[in-house]
Amino acid sequence: MNKHLLSINDLSAEEAIEILNTASELAKISDGPMKKLPTLRGRTVVNLFFEDSTRTRISFESAAKRLSADVINFSAKGSSVSKGESLKDTAQTLQAMGADAVVIRHGASGAAQRLADSGWISASVINAGDGTHEHPTQALLDAYTIRSKFPEFNRSFKGLRVAIVGDILHSRVARSNVLLLTKLGATVTLVAPPTLIPVGVVDWNVKVSYDLDSTLKDIDVLMMLRVQSERMANSFFPSEREYSRGYGLDITRLSALNPNAIVMHPGPMNRGLEISAESADSHKSVVLAQVSNGVLVRMAVLYQLLGGAALTGEVSV
Amino acid sequence: MATVLDAGEIGRALKRIAHEIIEHNHGLESVVLLGIPTRGAFLGERIGQFLKDIQSPVPVGTLDITLHRDDLRMRPPRPLLPTLIPSGGIEGKHIVLVDDVLYSGRTIRAALDAIGEIGRPATVQLAVLVDRGHRQLPIRADYVGKNIPTAASESVKVSLEEIDGKDCVEIISGA
Repeated sequence: MNKHLLSINDLSAEEAIEILNTASELAKISDGPMKKLPTLRGRTVVNLFFEDSTRTRISFESAAKRLSADVINFSAKGSSVSKGESLKDTAQTLQAMGADAVVIRHGASGAAQRLADSGWISASVINAGDGTHEHPTQALLDAYTIRSKFPEFNRSFKGLRVAIVGDILHSRVARSNVLLLTKLGATVTLVAPPTLIPVGVVDWNVKVSYDLDSTLKDIDVLMMLRVQSERMANSFFPSEREYSRGYGLDITRLSALNPNAIVMHPGPMNRGLEISAESADSHKSVVLAQVSNGVLVRMAVLYQLLGGAALTGEVSV
Repeated sequence: MATVLDAGEIGRALKRIAHEIIEHNHGLESVVLLGIPTRGAFLGERIGQFLKDIQSPVPVGTLDITLHRDDLRMRPPRPLLPTLIPSGGIEGKHIVLVDDVLYSGRTIRAALDAIGEIGRPATVQLAVLVDRGHRQLPIRADYVGKNIPTAASESVKVSLEEIDGKDCVEIISGA
């Protein structure tokens, strides 16, 4: 495996499956007999969050702590320095503190790549969401959740049908999921109003539909995305009510799904906009399983990146 | 390459170890076998089968020690192997750890750490198919299939039917 996890493209299908298998074994021991493992004792993991987050930061913090790593949380909120400079200064500070891994979330697409390629820092860089680009650990935890609900797809997702619905344009979760799901062999359909489908979608190995109702019957997994109002400078749909009517998951649509189908959402949910409260709390919803699986998958990623031989990197400052 | 134990000898050694476990523990009350994957897990199963044939069944589990190793940072990350603690747990039990080869003792130290995380057994005993010497820690086995004096440059290769298609123990001389 590479030194960094910046994009799903850094992983081969075999490496992705290896991470999921590691998470499965971790589930058996760390949810059962051994709550705390000594594996990363003496290693330092820095959570470097330039953007707000509840789930991802807590999840990484908890994963690192369960492997006995030391965790430093760095919230850059309120910093007003220009982007390039501040990232460099911060990176050099972290280097001086001796970080072994940096988990970065940043509003700019490519920020994690910049940090990894810069030579400012010798730590492993884990992308925890960069702008509208990628969020690889979310895709891995989604794949883990799918696999735990559909054991027949344990080794490959060939034959699995997934629909990703909503704000594809602004969604790093959708991008990482499309890359990983298709890498593992799943058939992916993107469903959204035309304004929320990115132009480059023709190069992705996916189907596109503008009609949610006609897709519902032919899928195993329905992945709803959050409408990211904070990234929407223009009007992408006439009104929230109209969006909800066309692309929201309400109780009628929920009952049109296959009996075995599951409903996923990366959170935080806009209840009443892309997903109704009844759907979010229904027995088909695996939203909370996604959260608890997130810790296991991030433990597996930290183990794969930091658990082995000490990594030496050239640092030029 | 020299064969030091063949299939028949491995079978007899494991059966003798089963008898010794019963003798040492005055029966099989509270005895739990924990095999260390990969090959220790199969040996644990086999000893468990002998105990069942001789006297009565005992809980058999597996304990992967990868995450407790002290040499993790010296090699690339390895895949995790299954850990399966029997439903009765290990609290107050007589644990018999089972491994294929006892060498430096570091695997067993890691296993003792892992057990300490899970609970507090009454005793921890160690059964190995081969003791090849060269201990780096103050650890010894309670039940030994065969003591094989080796040079540090040699390696001991244990093959088992379940994974390698045959039962034998060989010594491979170093370069």
